[in-house]
Amino acid sequence: MKARVHVMLKDAVLDPQGEAVRHALATLGFAGVERVRQGKVIDLDLAVADRAAAAAELRAMCEKLLANTVIEKYEIEIL
Amino acid sequence: MKAAVITFPGSNCDRDLAEGFAIAGAQVERVWHKQTELPPGTDIVGIPGGFSYGDYLRCGAIAAQSPVARAIRDFAGRGGHVLGICNGFQVLTEMGLLPGALMRNAGLKFICKPVTLRVATADCVFCAGYAPGAEVVFPVAHHDGNYTINAEGLARLQGEDQVAFRYGANPNGSTDDIAGVLSANRRVLGMMPHPERAVEAAQGGTDGSALFRALAGMMARV
Repeated sequence: MKARVHVMLKDAVLDPQGEAVRHALATLGFAGVERVRQGKVIDLDLAVADRAAAAAELRAMCEKLLANTVIEKYEIEIL
Repeated sequence: MKAAVITFPGSNCDRDLAEGFAIAGAQVERVWHKQTELPPGTDIVGIPGGFSYGDYLRCGAIAAQSPVARAIRDFAGRGGHVLGICNGFQVLTEMGLLPGALMRNAGLKFICKPVTLRVATADCVFCAGYAPGAEVVFPVAHHDGNYTINAEGLARLQGEDQVAFRYGANPNGSTDDIAGVLSANRRVLGMMPHPERAVEAAQGGTDGSALFRALAGMMARV
């Protein structure tokens, strides 16, 4: 089973790297980009076949390692 | 004082940290991250700076899951002292032994220079060698030293006098200019600047000696 985890900074957390990307886009002539936030995508190939079991495992993986829940939020997609 | 200095794959300040302890008279053992037990009689664990696991995923995130991390957690849970410097501070926040998180420097650059800090608490064995409010100079060398904590956590840190050091001129955007924090039991210290790089005149300063000597002095009385 394939899964995709999206990890982003929580909305309340400042993202200077996203800001740097926004400035660079403006420099390149892309006007009207009001906000950029950047995060991570982590793709996993799991041996488990059961969707519910996979979802539970992925949540545990996110809480324990893939995301730092002090500053990050995550979304899990079973592909 | 018996110090255990941990080495993760990618740690590079472990020797300097071991030296810092040794110069203060400690017996130092170097511990590889795969060890599941700390040396018997360990008084203090030192988690050094560097780039453990290449900063993959997040700085300190994977090191925080190393076999030795459980031993460190148990040790801290029993009241053991832990000093985490730079990457070590990152590991401690990833382990949840210290609150908050270290993020990319606000200016986005790697900063490598001596900085002036103020000792922010009078009640801490690590700072006992400094007058309260003393100014000290330690080098910083980091890309991800921006200490971040939510309003509630910050209020708690301030209310409980858990901020150990503050930057004089904040180089990285850290909340409340925080350079180092203590755990609730005041026995775990995490700090981004490197006191172990200021223990010999040849390093350009010796303000760090007082930190290691204070630890050695306290342990000797135990």
